[in-house]
Amino acid sequence: MDANWLDIGPVDQLPALGARTLPVQGGQEIALFRTANGKVFALHNKCPHKQGPLSQGIVHDTTVTCPLHNWRISLLTGEAQGEDKGCVPTIPVKVDGGRIFIARAEALAGAR
Amino acid sequence: MVKEQKEKLVVIGNGMAGCRAVEEILARDPERYDIVIFGAEPRVNYNRIMLSPVLAGDKTFDEIVINDEAWYADNGIELVSGDSVIAIDREGKELRSRSGRTESYDRLLIATGSDPFIIPVPGHDLPGVITFRDLDDVEKMLAAAERGGEAVVIGGGLLGLEAAHGLFLRGMEVTVLHLMPTLMERQLDEAAGFLLKTELENRGQTILTGADTAEIVGESHVEAVKLKDGTEIPADIVVMAVGIRPNVRLALEAGLEVGRGIVVDDDMRTRDPSIFAVGECVEHRGLVYGLVAPLWEMCKALADGCTTGATGYRGSVTSTKLKVSGIDLFSAGDFSGGEDCEDVVMRDAARGIYKRVVLKQDRIVGAVLYGDTADGNWYFDLMRQEEDVSDIREAIIFGQAFASGGGALADPNAAVAALSDDAEICGCNGVSKGSIVSAILDGSGTLDAVRGCTKASASCGSCTNLVEGLLTITLGEDYSGEREVKPMCGCTSFTHEDARRLILEKELKEIPAVMQELHWTTPDGCSSCRPALNYYLLCAWPDEHKEDPQSRFVNERLHANIQKDGSYSVVPRMWGGITNPRELRAIADVVEKYDAGMVKVTGGQRLDIFGIQKEDLPAVWADLNAAGMVSGHAYGKALRTVKTCVGSDWCRFGTQDSTGLGIKMERMSWGSWMPHKFKIAVSGCPRNCAEATIKDFGIVCVDSGYELMVGGNGGIHLRGTDLLCKVETEGEALEFCAAFIQLYREEARYLDRTAPWIERVGLDYVKQRIVEDAEGRSALRDRFLHAQTFLQKDPWAERVAGAEAHLHQHLAEIRPFAAVGAE
Ligand SMILES: Cc1cc2nc3c(=O)[nH]c(=O)nc-3n(C[C@H](O)[C@H](O)[C@H](O)COP(=O)(O)OP(=O)(O)OC[C@H]3O[C@@H](n4cnc5c(N)ncnc54)[C@H](O)[C@@H]3O)c2cc1C
Repeated sequence: MDANWLDIGPVDQLPALGARTLPVQGGQEIALFRTANGKVFALHNKCPHKQGPLSQGIVHDTTVTCPLHNWRISLLTGEAQGEDKGCVPTIPVKVDGGRIFIARAEALAGAR
Repeated sequence: MVKEQKEKLVVIGNGMAGCRAVEEILARDPERYDIVIFGAEPRVNYNRIMLSPVLAGDKTFDEIVINDEAWYADNGIELVSGDSVIAIDREGKELRSRSGRTESYDRLLIATGSDPFIIPVPGHDLPGVITFRDLDDVEKMLAAAERGGEAVVIGGGLLGLEAAHGLFLRGMEVTVLHLMPTLMERQLDEAAGFLLKTELENRGQTILTGADTAEIVGESHVEAVKLKDGTEIPADIVVMAVGIRPNVRLALEAGLEVGRGIVVDDDMRTRDPSIFAVGECVEHRGLVYGLVAPLWEMCKALADGCTTGATGYRGSVTSTKLKVSGIDLFSAGDFSGGEDCEDVVMRDAARGIYKRVVLKQDRIVGAVLYGDTADGNWYFDLMRQEEDVSDIREAIIFGQAFASGGGALADPNAAVAALSDDAEICGCNGVSKGSIVSAILDGSGTLDAVRGCTKASASCGSCTNLVEGLLTITLGEDYSGEREVKPMCGCTSFTHEDARRLILEKELKEIPAVMQELHWTTPDGCSSCRPALNYYLLCAWPDEHKEDPQSRFVNERLHANIQKDGSYSVVPRMWGGITNPRELRAIADVVEKYDAGMVKVTGGQRLDIFGIQKEDLPAVWADLNAAGMVSGHAYGKALRTVKTCVGSDWCRFGTQDSTGLGIKMERMSWGSWMPHKFKIAVSGCPRNCAEATIKDFGIVCVDSGYELMVGGNGGIHLRGTDLLCKVETEGEALEFCAAFIQLYREEARYLDRTAPWIERVGLDYVKQRIVEDAEGRSALRDRFLHAQTFLQKDPWAERVAGAEAHLHQHLAEIRPFAAVGAE
């Protein structure tokens, strides 16, 4: 096992065009997203606008639309799209052998 | 005369890379080396990628041999076939083979390729489990196919689909199991994967996506494959095609550096200066490859370094084609998108074509083509050359002939202008350029007008660009591109009405089918069209509709109302606004047990429990269900509430039993999904205590019967109802209400309340459909009640029973220095 990556479970638990949450004790809850073609992304589960839970938004292409006020956030960069300005931190993830791995350092950033 | 001692080159692996390397070396310097090739397979060198056509019966083994025995003899090569090398002694520069033979070398080339990966589920080693890598595997499959029966192929990638195709043509019943939601997800996007799946299914294969193999079942031979969800699929053979692993064992044991593959430098040299490696077994600049194109380039670099002088291999850009006859599919590069990327999409449903080219800073970075791959190589070339395509941007999706047609043709409008008058523009409706232009000259100045008058681009929409081009050319500055009715969203040129009509006409039943047939310009829509399409489909096909939770807004996905802090509020149904001690106790208990922040009486006569976490929702619902309460749908584009006053039972002014009627109305219409929220009220007399005249459907009871009111709402734009008609009995009131709801469900645009809808279509139209046309009314009512038989299921109870449990649970939890994963 590689100490830099945390295994957080099988990728098939993440529905296509869906999201799941990953609380971090003492840190920021993470939202994991899966796009139509199976790519997985991780962002803090907080819209830069009014902290809406991005994990509950609608995923399309590589964007998620926040459920509270329809801000569109890029899953690649965490940046708000269009007219809106703001950015949410992204966390590196990879899928290997059907399991999701998340970068330990970034996932724990800010956690005590 | 002393014979000059030549250097001795020994090759491990008589496969595609090993032999190609030898060919390249011989082409440069045929006299340089004494060559010995070891091959584990008992045969000469053949074209591995053509094993698929051999399986399918399109080719024989003899036809796919690359180098026959004469080639080895003519070039003085010694082939040791059917004998694998089992150890490398680097110090003594010597090899040992399985048969016990030793062979010394001056230079050694490792080209051992890959091994198929076998998922280690129980039963993976049963007879009848076959991989797909070499001729022996093909022969095993052919022998099984002789006996007929059922084949299960695990893996819906390139290899798996080619195996499935071959076995299917050989007469077996074929089921493909694929873990991911779409086939070939590494090479295809969802849209293309959907087309591929549909085509294979139409041919008669069974394709199961999201299928996770738990076990291969059988006593002494495979009998079935069992999935994690419990499904069991009978199988006479199981083909495992889930991936490959570079074959690095020899190198690893010899102490060479090995990552995912044998690590080599740009000259294909390992960390030992006399040992080289090429093909799928190597890792170069961090990459391993699973296709043949890179190994041609590797072998060139290797041969240069071993003869005339090093030139260096710099890595490869690859593209994929599927070798299944009748299916044209091409994919290259990266099409995961992103904001600095731009998608150019073209769909032609009539011809089953989907093309997507992804541009980044005016360069092609990826392409997916389905149905027409003629331009695949051209896109691939532009991509590899990193060519600036801004000049041909507008026309690029139409392909090379069109885009590089030179000067005038690169402008699509000029290309349209160049067409002759009788050129067919709209293939679906057979409309020529001439008739479109004359329609425009006769005053059809917008796309909608042209569609209305000629039908051009009104069916599949793929020629919309051409029609708009004709408008621009014909009207010049006067054409503003304005639409009479706005398209649904930026993903399509079709309006809501068009989309609904076409869903019915073309019998489209799934969102990807709509997007393909109606030429959506985005790969998977957006947050405005997806929920709308999901609604249109469920309304059009109540019996068959499969819910797509990912196309629902959060409230409808979680069956509760999201609040600004991310918690949820829960409103149980109280029929007609009537409650009792048992329900009130259950609500009070829930409030205490889950520490709800607030309980509020709503405007619709319900109790709203605030501050519930999404993880607690199923437990809250279970408690409310236990007291007989179901979802109040306070979160949905659905029937919300039926508000009532106390009516003739208690009130001294009451003229009719307004509470009783309200309860009947609510029992009839709860659970129904609508274009927007829908509220009903029943007032027992014209004093109208239930505020029926600002509801979508209101009833005001009078002595002589019931006044039916429609199209009201509170909210930002307050609108009082219009009187639809007056009826005499409760039965009629219920029938008219059901018919009205169904008309609204079938004809309003998604997210239209009844008020703007009625203003658009006119009250007279609604009266004509509901009041004057008695037959139509009863048909509408019947369709509503039919749909209700599918919709009246308490979504809370379904969740309590475990449906969509993942929506309410975290995937896992991270505690610093320890991760606790699901499963
Ligand atoms: C059915 C099928 C279809 C394919 N279709 C395509 C396609 O359409 N396009 C594409 O680009 N690619 C395709 N591929 C992939 C392509 O065939 C491989 O990328 C290519 O064969 C790799 O060449 P290689 O020489 O590295 O490995 P191989 O061709 O596998 O050669 C390795 C050889 O080394 C031998 N060997 C291994 N270990 C030893 C040992 N210790 N001693 C002696 N011999 C040993 C093996 O038996 C094997 O014969 C396909 C593959 C398969 C199986």
